[in-house]
Amino acid sequence: MKRVGVFVCHCGLNIAGTVRVSEVVDQASKTPDVVIAADHRYLCSEPGQTLIKDSIKQHRLDAIVVAACSPAMHEVTFRNTARAAGLNRHQCEMANIREQCSWVHDDIEKATEKAHVILRQIIEKVKLNEPLDPIIVPVTRRALVIGGGVAGIRSALDIAGSGYQVYLVEKTGSIGGRMAQLSETFPTLDCSICILGPLMVEAFRNPNIKIPRLSEVEDVKGYVGNFKVRVRQEPVYVDETKCNMCAECAKVCPAEVPNEFDSELTWRKAVYIPFAQAVPPVYVLDAKSCLGLLPQACGECKKACDELGMSCINLDAHPEIHELEVGAIISATGYELFDATRLTEYGYGIFPDVMTSLEFERMLSASGPTSGTIRRPSDGRIPKEVVFIQCAGQREPETALAYCSKICCMYTARHAMLFHHKVPDGQAYIFYMDIRAGGKGYEEFVKRCQEEGGLLYLRGRVAKVYEEKGKLVVKGIDTLSGKIVEIHADLVVLALGMIPSRGSRELANILKASVDENGFFAEAHPKLRPLESATAGIFVAGAGQAPKDIPETVAQASGAASKALNLLSSPTLEREPTVARIVNELCSGCGICIPACPFEALSLNRERRVAEVAEAVCEGCGTCIASCPSGALSLRNLTDTQIIAMITAGRH
Amino acid sequence: MQSYLYFPGCSLRTVARDFDDSAQACARALGVELKEMQGWLCCGAVFSNVADNIMTNAGPNRILARARSEGDTLVTLCAGCHNVLKRANLQAGRNAIKQEQINEFNEEKYEGGLSVLHFLEILRDRVGFGTVRDTVKAPLQGLPVGAYYGCLLLRPFDEMKLDDPHRPSIFEDLLVSIGCTPVDYPSRTECCGSYLGVGSPDAMALLSRNVVQSARSNGARMLAVSCPLCKYNLETSQKQDLGVSSDSQPLPVVYFTQLLGLALGAEPESLRLDPLQVQAIHGGMHTTLENVSQT
Repeated sequence: MKRVGVFVCHCGLNIAGTVRVSEVVDQASKTPDVVIAADHRYLCSEPGQTLIKDSIKQHRLDAIVVAACSPAMHEVTFRNTARAAGLNRHQCEMANIREQCSWVHDDIEKATEKAHVILRQIIEKVKLNEPLDPIIVPVTRRALVIGGGVAGIRSALDIAGSGYQVYLVEKTGSIGGRMAQLSETFPTLDCSICILGPLMVEAFRNPNIKIPRLSEVEDVKGYVGNFKVRVRQEPVYVDETKCNMCAECAKVCPAEVPNEFDSELTWRKAVYIPFAQAVPPVYVLDAKSCLGLLPQACGECKKACDELGMSCINLDAHPEIHELEVGAIISATGYELFDATRLTEYGYGIFPDVMTSLEFERMLSASGPTSGTIRRPSDGRIPKEVVFIQCAGQREPETALAYCSKICCMYTARHAMLFHHKVPDGQAYIFYMDIRAGGKGYEEFVKRCQEEGGLLYLRGRVAKVYEEKGKLVVKGIDTLSGKIVEIHADLVVLALGMIPSRGSRELANILKASVDENGFFAEAHPKLRPLESATAGIFVAGAGQAPKDIPETVAQASGAASKALNLLSSPTLEREPTVARIVNELCSGCGICIPACPFEALSLNRERRVAEVAEAVCEGCGTCIASCPSGALSLRNLTDTQIIAMITAGRH
Repeated sequence: MQSYLYFPGCSLRTVARDFDDSAQACARALGVELKEMQGWLCCGAVFSNVADNIMTNAGPNRILARARSEGDTLVTLCAGCHNVLKRANLQAGRNAIKQEQINEFNEEKYEGGLSVLHFLEILRDRVGFGTVRDTVKAPLQGLPVGAYYGCLLLRPFDEMKLDDPHRPSIFEDLLVSIGCTPVDYPSRTECCGSYLGVGSPDAMALLSRNVVQSARSNGARMLAVSCPLCKYNLETSQKQDLGVSSDSQPLPVVYFTQLLGLALGAEPESLRLDPLQVQAIHGGMHTTLENVSQT
């Protein structure tokens, strides 16, 4: 017979407000095998934990039940407490009377009765628990970072700087991401590529960092500390080690397509350099726009390269599959802009002089399509009146995005001021809902822009944009004066909301990480675990998790890197021992359980004709147990006997 | 032959007989029967859509209940009636408590099951604009028409679901199928002033004039509408301007069914088009863009 101790937490009024704790304690103390039942205002506090430890020693307890919050919250806390008092960790169980009882009920009578039932069941369970030791597994001391934007680069540099190897997987031909496209950054007006470029080069030169470009993660197997990742790399037609960026291949290439880096405002060849500061500094052959590789239709680029004696181009290259083994994964997949053509009231895609913020960004950039001169796409004239529309497609739950993208107030102020710098006799108008300038130096920056740029801020939304006599008429309301305003503008810029990059939902599936209602990677806890996904060993950084600016992105990237390092810094890792167990005498070796396992933890031993569990791989989900026709499988500390005991206890 | 229940509404039997007759002529030519529902009454006009609308929805619900006893699809023409009936029908499905209160008051119960469609939707989704084009006998080649949606056909967007809220095309697509050159002008979805014409005629005139000017300056020779009230306002505001404004000729306003009927080969008299309107239509045909910019 075990000697069981029961401890009931008030959790302030979280539990005690709905459940009569004294009654629960009283009932528990009358349960067979319970030798002590006590309560405390906050069991997780130091005095609360001391109460538990002292009781274990004083009453020579074999097992304890803590009736408090969800085990997801404090199971680790109380198991550590139990161990500190000499108990095996698995002789401590939690009865969740907060999330599953007091928080969801308001009838004190019924909630108190339900708390009794929950507690009785867990007491029956813990009586049948066996002591278990953690499973020790080795850690593959390498990391994978998915996405080569500023977040991915920062994470990779931090991990590599601590001496561990990193794979920085990038989908496009160069790392750099969105930040490489920006002209200046707020609130300091640093040239974006000037501060990002050195980091890109540093990552490229770091011997600990490997950068597979044109690559995407196809499959992830394994578990924390021991992931097996399959990366597919599109054919790399241009040899990285030979290309000296002489550009002769691009000169002869006859295929021209819109240039993604310039937000499709310019054209590029099928063989091209993604942008001047691209890393790796190599030309890329885009098979989709090439006139034909299979069968080869043109081959002019190869001819030109061969004639120079360089022979960098191999038109017969094939996709490559890389099988990587890593211990930690950071997802830093970034963002793209909300589709402006969905906002039909603004006429994007119909009127050429309605632009997205990213298109305007490229136009501001010295390396952009107009070398930094602001021009109307329709006729190339320099615009005098420019209207910026903030919150375009945002904060509109019915028709577009419900959320605020956080950065648009800031970059719009910057856009408008930089426009004023470039066109001093021009006038910028900004339609806004309210100005959200929370950040170090942000409010001051917006004020500076307003004063320096002579910007006219109009609080209200735009109803429609239409063309009249070569001008764009922006019709909206100024809610401060209560008047409908019509501005005859030369150019309209839409500050569009940020959405997760294409493919991030699919990647989340591969990583078994979840996404939120907007498709952004979900963090394990919004406040206390903002850098981790719900899946152990998978971390998140940057705008793929939520809209954020560069400082916040970089901070999160370093944070995620330190979480990953935490994992890699030890050669082994402890895993929960509550895994599946097979009774060999009962196993017939039928193999039904093997495909049932989603983690490939089961295999068939053909010699002994029994199934075997790889304990380090097993997640303890229990699927195999339900599939076993002969009852040979069970889950440690959640056996059928325990479950039946719990059901029986629940009925009384 | 397709057959649908038809709700004419008060205006179409009084001031807008031209709309009613021309629509019937179009339907006949396209092999569609618009069968007048039994015992229809006033839809209650826009007053049915106020927030506290239990009493004001008694009327529309009687109509829906009576129509449901005869069939499952109710077609309307007047944009106002359409707005009221479509939304009362939606509410019946969405708000069970309110519907119960209305049903308790009414002697006839309406429990949903009807689909309320505008004649434009019938033409687009059931007949098909392709069939319309193939049935046309006398295309109105090149006639620059401004399609005027006004508010009630489209708003509220999520309830009416007739077309894209900001850049609709159903009206223009129909006009193209009968040979016209629809004119894109920014005010085609703005309000005409509606009932402001009663209490504040100046405010109405301001709004209607804006629509007319916007259409005219973008090259329209004529406006096509789907609402008797819009037509009244657009015409009245122009009459007030006669002799005051520099615009020499008023912009004729016709129902879309009158243009459609003409293209389908109906006689102008049967469509209740007056000789001046017919003259304007014929005079406007074969207008090219160059001509427009000169005028």
